[in-house]
Amino acid sequence: MSLGAFLLTTALTFLGLLAITFFIGRVIPIDPVLAVVGDRAPQEVYLRVRTEMGLDRPLVVQFASYVGDVLTGDLGMSVSTNRPVIEDLSHVFPATLEMATLGIIIGVLLGVPMGVWAASRQGSFVDQVIRVVGLLGYSVPAFWLGLLGLLVFYAKLRWVGGPGRVDIFYDGLVPPVTNLILVDSLLAGDFDVFWNAVSHIVLPASILGFFSLAYIARMTRSFMLDQLGQEYVTTARVKGVPERAVIWRHAFRPIRVPLITVIGLSYAGLLEGSVMVETVFSWPGIGNYLTSALLNADMNAVLGATLVVGAVFIFINKVSDVLYRVLDPRAR
Amino acid sequence: MATTTRGWLLAESPASRLQARLGRSYRMVRALLRNPLAVLGALIVLALVVLALFAPFFATHNPYVGELTDRLKPPSDQFWLGSDELGRDIWSRIVYGARITLTIVLLVAAIAAPVGMVVGAVSGYLGGWTDRILMGITDVFLSMPKLILALAFVAALGPGIENAVIAIAITSWPAYARIARAETLTIRNSEFISAVRLQGASVMRVILRHILPLCTSSVIVRVTLDMAGIILTAAGLGFLGLGAQPPLPEWGAMISRGRAFILDQWWVATMPGFAIVIVSLGFCFLGDGLRDVLDPKSANRQ
Repeated sequence: MSLGAFLLTTALTFLGLLAITFFIGRVIPIDPVLAVVGDRAPQEVYLRVRTEMGLDRPLVVQFASYVGDVLTGDLGMSVSTNRPVIEDLSHVFPATLEMATLGIIIGVLLGVPMGVWAASRQGSFVDQVIRVVGLLGYSVPAFWLGLLGLLVFYAKLRWVGGPGRVDIFYDGLVPPVTNLILVDSLLAGDFDVFWNAVSHIVLPASILGFFSLAYIARMTRSFMLDQLGQEYVTTARVKGVPERAVIWRHAFRPIRVPLITVIGLSYAGLLEGSVMVETVFSWPGIGNYLTSALLNADMNAVLGATLVVGAVFIFINKVSDVLYRVLDPRAR
Repeated sequence: MATTTRGWLLAESPASRLQARLGRSYRMVRALLRNPLAVLGALIVLALVVLALFAPFFATHNPYVGELTDRLKPPSDQFWLGSDELGRDIWSRIVYGARITLTIVLLVAAIAAPVGMVVGAVSGYLGGWTDRILMGITDVFLSMPKLILALAFVAALGPGIENAVIAIAITSWPAYARIARAETLTIRNSEFISAVRLQGASVMRVILRHILPLCTSSVIVRVTLDMAGIILTAAGLGFLGLGAQPPLPEWGAMISRGRAFILDQWWVATMPGFAIVIVSLGFCFLGDGLRDVLDPKSANRQ
């Protein structure tokens, strides 16, 4: 696929996302004006708001102006916080990014070796256990695992910090530079805050890590099985290369490129999956923002958060697609 | 008699369509029975169906009304899995909740799978601009985060089981469209399709009677594998208060109510979670086994 075609499909995908959020926000509600003014508003207020919201114009024109607004960073005002949605989102997004990034690191560090291990002992007990762990990743509700984690590791064992990013008395001690609390506390040289933040983030990040681990281990296993069945592996074994070297030096190398795509997909999935986990851990990220907006019927905030998560999701997918094409000589 | 029945089922050249079909199903079931995890999965799914159908028979208490004097009792002889904050028996609520879960997954499958299959088959069979436009739309939906999209749809439609079903169905059909299109592309130029067309069959007839039936087995595998995801999304919506509304004993909503008592009365939130995990795992095991039987090519790929 040429660069032009790639850019075109990417742009169309983003436009599709905008069309969906536009549809959800303007078309599905029976009367968006009523949602703003309430059903006791006098007729002239109703009509004025209707004109202000531009709802008297044709749908195509409304969509065009919606796209224009979004492109200039105008996502409307949040009813519940009384601030522009874009400003709210820029505050909450780093928290989600921090947790998801740590989650994907945990997922890769554990998932890749597990997948390789399972493939090198195909059909063995270890393989079966890893297979079931992988399937558990598709069957356990994230919010339930979060609750159990809090019950066991926070309330009973006291190994980790509770909900939130830091304990309440550490709150606001370090100046926000990047809004990533681990980075900010290190920049400020405040190790008390840093270790407290670590104790808070480790449980939610591990839970996210578990879900990416399930997917990554499963895919690594199947990629490895493809390689281990090939003739060059037999050749290496026949000429006496030690098994460890056969696996890591020969079979593992060619699967690094497809693994990048898998990791990219899984990272994007974690940004989405953090919605449920954040709700349980009162993590002040985009998921928590989205769910509280949902309960307050704050549609601008809901659509803004949907748009941002969707855009980041598409962006990561496209980037891992590009990386795959660049790194794999056959796909060029 | 048994051996002759078996011989008839396994005949190399079946004499009738019925015999061929029964023979095929017989071979499939036997292949499935050799896989212990698939058998376990099938048993779990069967148990879910039986519990849902005969809920009044398995429930020990009324799932909606409890005695306040019995509130938050730990698991015991009287309350097998404990009781909740209104004194209702959790086991009985889980049993009745099986009905809600089963309804949701069946409705989503009944809406999303046919829509996806028709889109995919039409797209693959007609080709050209129809294909490009339909697949363009499919790809846009495929590259969206499903859970977030479902949340946004429910936010606009309003909370409730029906809207949760619609929202989940809207986000699940594209995968089936992709599969059906891929299958259609491999069979559209076959001789039997040409033969049917030469006999004057309309496009509608070719797609509905000759292409779609051949897509079903791969779509069924995929639907079974997706069931776990559908259950988790529905439970997640229930947990956030956007799915089934109280007093309905939906498992996700039950976990959400038990959250307040997690520290001292752990069973209220924990038990419905186990129900979700067991049922989802059951569908995963069954789906994995079905894929090995129906679609051996991709068995190693995933």
